[in-house]
Amino acid sequence: MSGPIHIQPGETFTLNVGPQHPATHGVLRVKMEMDGEYIVKAETVLGYIHRMHELMGENRTYPQVLPNLSRLDYLGALGYTHGHVLAVERAAGIEVPERAEYIRAITVELNRVASHLFWFGAFVMDLGGFTPLMYAIQDREHILDMLEAVTGSRLTYCYYRFGGLYNDIDDDFIAAAKAFIPRMRKSLKKYDALVTGNIIFEKRLKDIGPISAEMCRKYGATGPVARGAGIDFDVRKNEPYSVYPEFDFDIPVYHECDSLARYKVRMEEMEQSLRIVEQGLEKLPDGPIMPAKKPKLIKPPAGDYYQAVETARGSFGIRIVSDGGKNAYRFKLRSPTYSNMSLFDEACEGMMIMDALAMMGSLDLVIPEIDR
Amino acid sequence: MGAYFTEIFRGLQSLAIGLGITFKEFFQPVVTVSYPYETIKMSERYRGHIELIEDEEGKAKCVVCGMCERACPSGCISLASESVEYEVEVKGEMKTKKKKVLTKYDLNFTTCSLCGQCVENCNFGAITFSKDYNLASSRKEDFHFDLLNRLKERNS
Repeated sequence: MSGPIHIQPGETFTLNVGPQHPATHGVLRVKMEMDGEYIVKAETVLGYIHRMHELMGENRTYPQVLPNLSRLDYLGALGYTHGHVLAVERAAGIEVPERAEYIRAITVELNRVASHLFWFGAFVMDLGGFTPLMYAIQDREHILDMLEAVTGSRLTYCYYRFGGLYNDIDDDFIAAAKAFIPRMRKSLKKYDALVTGNIIFEKRLKDIGPISAEMCRKYGATGPVARGAGIDFDVRKNEPYSVYPEFDFDIPVYHECDSLARYKVRMEEMEQSLRIVEQGLEKLPDGPIMPAKKPKLIKPPAGDYYQAVETARGSFGIRIVSDGGKNAYRFKLRSPTYSNMSLFDEACEGMMIMDALAMMGSLDLVIPEIDR
Repeated sequence: MGAYFTEIFRGLQSLAIGLGITFKEFFQPVVTVSYPYETIKMSERYRGHIELIEDEEGKAKCVVCGMCERACPSGCISLASESVEYEVEVKGEMKTKKKKVLTKYDLNFTTCSLCGQCVENCNFGAITFSKDYNLASSRKEDFHFDLLNRLKERNS
């Protein structure tokens, strides 16, 4: 080997972050052209965990695709399965009993809290604080236990069915959820005191990692990323689906456009989700969880159907083109993180590498969902 | 100048608050269990791999209709059967009839995604989820379960 490498002034070098790097939370690779500690150009490279979910959706019958949807985003899986069943129900014209829709909303919101809790822990860990992750996982464990008791699995749920649910919730679940809400509110106060007020945390995030509203519109970013840039858009309010119009909840919007704003949006969303769960448990009607009349074989009439839902990461859209057969002709998934990640290349230009990684954490990327 | 010192004071205060919280958590009861020695009871609806259900005679309830095989998204179930002749009394006469008997129920657990389509599609209530979660092996052949054999072992 020759001697040490001396970089000439003005010369850049290439740095590969990933595909196996803890900061990217999965197998995302970012090819960065660096000038010292500053990023000149970045390019995100995908394809390390591609599993052809869309193609699978095209050569399997509709019920056989059910387990696939929870493998997209393993942290907030119920939101994605909710979108799928709503899309197929819309296509095939299946009526859903009210109780089933309420239970869907309750479980989706609990799952959203679990997803945000894990993001919160992982995000603070990216910035160098390990302890909050342990507290967040402890709270998340309660949600997973509750969901395991009704759905039978802890992460990759296959709970919703076309027309209703796999099985009904019991009194234990209702009691556990009611006990969880005050506990979680107390924890949120704890997190605020422990993390939000922390001076190191604030200095790492405030006015750093700007993502403007224009950039969000350009790349189609949704969810907390867009709401942190001052765009008041939430599918639950703007294109109401399921039983969401029945609930009273707010959409947190911050106009600072920095990493701290995105953090605050998610922390407030947890509180709003708890409000929805609280109201859902109160209003929960009695009745069946599956419709009395359900087609044995699901064959939607020929046509083009689209359904968008608000998942923990943003607006998830699912498009089904049917030719009247047992399988979908086209099965398109519009995943929110794909758009949220696309703006990273442009947004991180000229930033220091540790600020860029903090910003990447605030985007809340889940790689299997980008690379479906 | 004043703002500078206020910020230093505020920063130190925020660190002290954080340390106070972690100090308080230090005295909270332990929430974990030391796994191989203690285990948590699985919930009632926990989905493990599937298992055959027996009838009153201790034989598999399965009638080999093949609904589970067809419903499975990953094709991890394979059935084999043979037809057996048996005699039955109809209106005082003895008649021979044929029926299918299950000879093999293979589950390839390596590709199973635990969606529950097989259990849901079974019209005879012949399969259920087991509570078996303690599965670990370095050989993939260990996850090819012969469910009929497991049923016999359970009965003996």
